[in-house]
Amino acid sequence: MINKKLVSSFILISSAALPILSIAAEDIVLSAPNLHIRTLAASCAACHGSNGNALAGNAVLAGMDKNHFITQMLAFKNGDKPATVMHRHAKGLQVNEINQLAEYFSAQKPILAISPKAQKLQADHD
Amino acid sequence: MTKSKPYMTNQNTIGNSRRDFIKTAGVAGLLISSYPLISGCAVNNQKPTIGRVVVIGGGYAGATAAKYIRMWSANSIEVVVIEKSSQFVSCPLSNLVLGGSKSINDLTFGYDLLQKNHGVQWVHDEVTAIDVANKKVTMKRGEIRYDRLIIAPGVDFIYDTLPNLQSAEAQQTAPHAWHAGWQTVNLRKQLESIPNGGSFVMSIPKEPYRCPPGPYERACQVASYFKKHKPNSKVIVLDANPEITSKKGLFSKVFAENYAGIIDYRPNNVVMEVDIANKIVKTDFETVSADVLNIIPPQRAGKPALMAGLNNIDKRWCEVDFLTYESKLAPNIHVIGDSVSAALPKSAHMATSQARVCASAIVELMQHRTPDPSPVFANTCYSYVDDKQAMHVANVYRYDAEKRIMRSAEGGGVSLKPSELEGQYAGAWAINIWSDVLT
Ligand code: HEC
Repeated sequence: MINKKLVSSFILISSAALPILSIAAEDIVLSAPNLHIRTLAASCAACHGSNGNALAGNAVLAGMDKNHFITQMLAFKNGDKPATVMHRHAKGLQVNEINQLAEYFSAQKPILAISPKAQKLQADHD
Repeated sequence: MTKSKPYMTNQNTIGNSRRDFIKTAGVAGLLISSYPLISGCAVNNQKPTIGRVVVIGGGYAGATAAKYIRMWSANSIEVVVIEKSSQFVSCPLSNLVLGGSKSINDLTFGYDLLQKNHGVQWVHDEVTAIDVANKKVTMKRGEIRYDRLIIAPGVDFIYDTLPNLQSAEAQQTAPHAWHAGWQTVNLRKQLESIPNGGSFVMSIPKEPYRCPPGPYERACQVASYFKKHKPNSKVIVLDANPEITSKKGLFSKVFAENYAGIIDYRPNNVVMEVDIANKIVKTDFETVSADVLNIIPPQRAGKPALMAGLNNIDKRWCEVDFLTYESKLAPNIHVIGDSVSAALPKSAHMATSQARVCASAIVELMQHRTPDPSPVFANTCYSYVDDKQAMHVANVYRYDAEKRIMRSAEGGGVSLKPSELEGQYAGAWAINIWSDVLT
């Protein structure tokens, strides 16, 4: 699942004329995203899925309304909303990070996440 | 948007590295016939690339790094993972196999979707040497060049003080089951055959080791099985540490309240000698005999990290720059996950969090740009105390620019008590992290 936004912001300069194997690094320029927020948002994936597309009934953050996101996060942070674990994660964040995360997740396209298929452990495994 | 500088001094290296690989593959003769990689390469050749990242290890750390480098570089960085196992077996939740509420087949997955969905190239082989100067990894059946290397081998076991436990036969009798797999299955079978009134003896090495709360969760899982099926049996925990190393208050309470008379916790007990045939353990204080024996050996960075000579901390762990996870000893080599030397828990979630910081940094470095100077990420470790109830320890970690380490932020901590609700969330954690790491 390739992030569509990233693909469209992936710009090739003069690549068509170049032989494929010797293409130079300078011919590929990726737009600089908000690295800090992108990596922080991705660390929520353990519970909320890749790019906020959660499975197993956890909240889907992809495409979430910004205001709703901020309200929930601030309520977790201030201890106003009962939570099993989210207060731990919200309290560690700065308000400006919460605002930017709201922006980030609201811009993610909700898609149906998938699970890898469980397999029988093979004999040659450790 | 500015035009980025070439990140390699020698432009040819980029293109050549692939040719070299194919050449080597041809010379080795085996790669072409046995690795689907080559056809993957051919397809990929249609696409321009800004270089190749080789990842050693397809566990939580390595698989995550591979996927996110592909995603965040919009597939413009070629990623090749070298993994010696053909399947991914999750360590998280594997203690539930011992408790009997999960099967190992619930925790075993393939790597096919990572390859299909993200174009990650996969080599099923074992690394035998790393040539730091020439940026080359040698495997049993071939070799490959890299522009950047990620080493994510998890932990390896140290048998210096218990040499007789090193052989496969010894581990048949006394499995560590600290890598999920057949040893986990073996240990479960042994527990099933233990008589009512028999004793399960497990030992915990001194910190740091993989999964700090894991041994205590294991004690609970075995005890919960005994409580239901073999109520006169005992779990004897020989802990080399002076006290429970993670979720201490919670585990102490669960040991005392849920498993009184079953779990016998003995701190400050370092295993000195094991008589494998008779299942007798000698610690510095006492001699304990077991019906089922589970010695978890001390640990260090996985073998590939040692091959590259990166284990500079206590000869066990690898010192890294926490902005990039680049080794402090070798340029262009990054280390992530359990092998890293850090005051961070060696957990699956942590491994994925480190992997994404590393992935993000590599995508920037390969375009001659600066990585995020202040990474922040989350970690959560759930532990199941029986088949339904779980509890967490959770923290956000922030880069401390002065000390150049990751530091625990405000608000971290543990559950008030184990609960079924958290048991459900722990299960959801597993489903989401597997989806993130493997699809
Ligand atoms: C360990 C698992 C875990 C992690 C990691 C995690 N969450 Fe959550 N999240 C939960 C759970 C569980 C809930 C439900 C509330 C509770 O019990 O804590 C939740 C609820 C939420 C909600 C409220 C949704 C709603 O509509 O009610 C938001 C927003 C949220 N999480 C955002 C985040 C963000 C942002 C991150 C990363 C910084 C994150 N979460 C990391 C487990 C997690």
